[in-house]
Amino acid sequence: MAVVSSANSTVMNNVEAVRATLYEAMKNDERTVILGEDVGARGNVFLITKDFIGEFGERRVIDTPIAEASIVGIAVGMAMEGLRPIAEIQFADFIYPSFNQIVGEAAKIRYRSNGEYTCPLVIRTPYGGGVRGALSHSVSIEALFYHVPGLKIVAPSFPDDVKGLLNAAIDDPDPVLFLEHKKTYRLIKGEVPDGHYTIPLGKANVRKAGTQLTVVSYGLYLHWALEAAQRLQEENVSVEVVDLRSIRPMDKTAILTSVEKTRKLLIVHEDNKFGGIGAEISAMVAEEALFSLDAPIRRLCGPDVPSMGYALPLEEEFMSSPAEMADAMRAMVKF
Amino acid sequence: MATTITMPQLGETVTEGTVAQWLKSVGDSVDKYEDFVEVSTDKVNAGVPSPVTGTIRELLVKEGETVATGTPIAVIDEAGAAKTALTAAPAATAASAAAAAPVAAAPPAPAVSSPNGAPAAAGVESESALRGASPAVRRLAREHRIDIRAIKGSGSNGRVTADDVLAAVTAAPSAAVTRTSTYAQPIPGSTVTLTQARRIIAERMVESKRTAPHAWSMVEIDVTDVWSWRVREKDRFERESGYKLTLLPFFIRAVVESLAAFPLMNARFVPASGSGQPSIYVNGEVNIGIAIGLATNLVVPVIRRADKLSIKGIALAAGELIEKARKGKLGVDDLAGGTFTVNNNGANGSWASAPIINGGQAGIVTMEAVVKKVVVRDDDSLAIRRMMNSCLSLDHRVVDGYVASGFLADLKQRLERMGPQGDL
Amino acid sequence: MATTDLRTGSLERHGLSDEQLRDMFRNMLLQRQLDNRGFQLNRQGKVPFALGSEGHEALQAGAAMAFNRGHDILAPYYRDLGLCLGIGLSPFEILLSIFARAEDHNGGRQFPNHYSSKAAGLMSFSSILAAHLPHAVGAAFAIQYREETGRAVLATCGDGTTSEGEWHESMNFAAVHKLPFVMLVENNEWAISTPLEKQMAQPEIWKRAAGYGMPGRRFNGFDPIETYAAVKEAMDRARAGEGPTLVEGTCYRYLAHSTDDNDLTYRTREAVQERRKDDPVPAFEAVLLEHGIVTPEGVAAMRKDILRETNEATDAAEALPYPEPTDLYKHVYEGAWEPWQS
Repeated sequence: MAVVSSANSTVMNNVEAVRATLYEAMKNDERTVILGEDVGARGNVFLITKDFIGEFGERRVIDTPIAEASIVGIAVGMAMEGLRPIAEIQFADFIYPSFNQIVGEAAKIRYRSNGEYTCPLVIRTPYGGGVRGALSHSVSIEALFYHVPGLKIVAPSFPDDVKGLLNAAIDDPDPVLFLEHKKTYRLIKGEVPDGHYTIPLGKANVRKAGTQLTVVSYGLYLHWALEAAQRLQEENVSVEVVDLRSIRPMDKTAILTSVEKTRKLLIVHEDNKFGGIGAEISAMVAEEALFSLDAPIRRLCGPDVPSMGYALPLEEEFMSSPAEMADAMRAMVKF
Repeated sequence: MATTITMPQLGETVTEGTVAQWLKSVGDSVDKYEDFVEVSTDKVNAGVPSPVTGTIRELLVKEGETVATGTPIAVIDEAGAAKTALTAAPAATAASAAAAAPVAAAPPAPAVSSPNGAPAAAGVESESALRGASPAVRRLAREHRIDIRAIKGSGSNGRVTADDVLAAVTAAPSAAVTRTSTYAQPIPGSTVTLTQARRIIAERMVESKRTAPHAWSMVEIDVTDVWSWRVREKDRFERESGYKLTLLPFFIRAVVESLAAFPLMNARFVPASGSGQPSIYVNGEVNIGIAIGLATNLVVPVIRRADKLSIKGIALAAGELIEKARKGKLGVDDLAGGTFTVNNNGANGSWASAPIINGGQAGIVTMEAVVKKVVVRDDDSLAIRRMMNSCLSLDHRVVDGYVASGFLADLKQRLERMGPQGDL
Repeated sequence: MATTDLRTGSLERHGLSDEQLRDMFRNMLLQRQLDNRGFQLNRQGKVPFALGSEGHEALQAGAAMAFNRGHDILAPYYRDLGLCLGIGLSPFEILLSIFARAEDHNGGRQFPNHYSSKAAGLMSFSSILAAHLPHAVGAAFAIQYREETGRAVLATCGDGTTSEGEWHESMNFAAVHKLPFVMLVENNEWAISTPLEKQMAQPEIWKRAAGYGMPGRRFNGFDPIETYAAVKEAMDRARAGEGPTLVEGTCYRYLAHSTDDNDLTYRTREAVQERRKDDPVPAFEAVLLEHGIVTPEGVAAMRKDILRETNEATDAAEALPYPEPTDLYKHVYEGAWEPWQS
């Protein structure tokens, strides 16, 4: 992808895209506050909110105690009482203490009060592996939460999607879990249009058109899948790569349209296979497009072990490489 | 003595024949000249008479099977002679028999092998091919009425893929077996297996266009008077003969007279061959073929020595041939020997057409629809006349425009002088 | 027992007028009447569940009196019937919740007793103890953020909840940021079947306040006037921007936890009867009669009126329809409920 800045867009990586978007949100809406561990003076462990506290004040950029449950719970209360809080969980691996506040409370505020109270909350967190993060800095959490009605979840892969979806999440009147793959923070650069824009939740994006196989992915693996698809293109094999972008709601039309065209579906995700996102996609496609399928649906996913390890072989074994993805794609095309 | 019967050549350009029906079984006795088999070629079904009296020893070809001319089809033991060993078939026949593999495609079991070349287990037969078919394959096969078992799979382990099914839909008929789509009732999105007749039509048309450079011309003929003549005569003619009286016999009468004036139109181009230079053979006889389009077929029965016939004679001959054609009863002799062809296109309202020359002839002329028109006469007065176009496709190896347009002008003149009364 | 000076016979009313005292008393009677109505309906087979609050009447009437309607925010828990009535909910709204009618604030979705009213400043809460406390803290933060003086959040919970991690996290955060937040613990000595001594080594919950760096005090939760004084003091501090307070009111849970609980499995009838001697409803009635703030006729009339009000509310709520089955799909999100979208 060309990385030339034009008059109407700026080249930036994913972490810069998050930062720029948060900055604009803070500037444009007084009700916006950011809270989390080390987000203020430290400016976030990835420097996303660096210098925010200086510009917006400590009332608006809040260094919380180390208490994940109440980071989310307090943000829920803020949202119920008219603020637009953006809570940060420093690493997705730390989100478990706030599970009840996310799933039992935030997701249900509107529903249990019959619409009298709402919870316009964004919870941002970096997830995913490939950074030698081992058991507590590598996990994928989307499967734990995408099951929950009342929650929304997005996982963009490209900087332009990061900005558009984060803006949409901030505007959303319901709680949104915004997942940022930490390995893509600095690895992935792209053109990001200037100015304010949103990308609607629930819309996937076909990042590469093809005819012989549909590959659905998100996060870091979306980039690896594109790389693998490019290799296959050089072998004259045409693979279509669909970037989900949005986990809940999920784009049914994009997936079915692609599967109807290619007749073969490969789902690729870093998260564990059993009960992962791929399972729901497989079930939906089998329910709605069985007679378009010319091969069994396949999922290339993380192994069903608690985590990747710190030792390099244990990380590499867990994670899939572009070469492995290419092999899986080739096998499916040949089927 | 055992006599081997071979596939006869029924028709001048026929190269193969199909055993339509065995009239005798092995062990049956047969008399000399008694039909023992029915054979079909492009348009004709013919009974083949036995050359000897005897007993059927062996039937070598299955019903429905098509073999090349000269292929042995049966063996008959001649009566009154001891059974002897089969006489050796002539070398040529054996050679042609060897060369002539049965053309009809029996649905083959797909040849299967795994990706690394090892042949799959013998168990990959038709049933497991069906069971292994993916939902997309089943749906596509259902929609296109294709038998999955008849498709060679290109997927892993010889699996029939969706692409294989789609390729079979657009491929030659031998790749798939259709079930209900026919030429008479074609089903959109399906493959129609061609009858032998239609295959031959296709081959002949290509051959004609490929070898003869077609040129084309047209005249407009005032048939008002000859039409009136026809009207006066038709009821009586129909009463007496049982056939309808159309404009066709009048036209043919004019055609044969014009052919006499322009003999090159009744010729054929003889290409160079091993034995000599290319030449033009000017036919001695004038045998007019009349093109008759049936629902699924096109036949051109021939009025032999049409130049010797009166209009009435032509009408009777044509009537008989047309009736035979409609009933599918044309014989080989009815179809043979044409030197020039007339195509009566007018019945379907055609105003002009560019017919394809019947192979081996120099031209083909049409009668288009008869239309009442306002015409301007030589004295600039207006009149309502019956006008009919006549189109000529010509083999430009044989004649140029000079001859062809001369022929057409002559034909026009003769027709315009016919009628409104006279003796048929 | 309201503070009566035995020497002078005067009543320490902490600035409350006769009418306010009568209002508190009425609230207590109404709470007990509606509480009982829930059980009656359950025994009639009309509602599957009831949860009582007998023993909390004085505490909740006193706390409600300290609440500024239209300004303060209440973050209660599910035993706060009297407190919710006291801040402005009507018996009709209570019965709508008991009958799970469509017109209920929660559309019949929640258990009864899980009151919610945006108009009254009553924050929606779930059955998960302590989960509402960070919400209350967040609401207090919003008030402070917007520099809205004169407003505070009154959060309540039982003794059981103080064992939850989120109780601790909420207290901590409120103290760090000096939020306009009052934590009112209604210590009725029982967390379903767990007595106080099994819940905590330090039975005086108010003493934890020092650990958080905020003031704390304990009061007699059977005394509505003392309750009022304690809660008002804390709320005034909070409204003035002086930070949070922990106030602990002692009382007793006379009934089982709910209709799904048989308290005789873990305590004796005698033990409960012994504590009935301190029942705040007759105790406060006696105080008011003694000081001439009510008359027996007045009390009788009050009771009669409360019964009428309760009966009217019951009939009116019962006559209304359940929610439609298709209502199940509403309010999952602002937009479509389906997880798969086109």
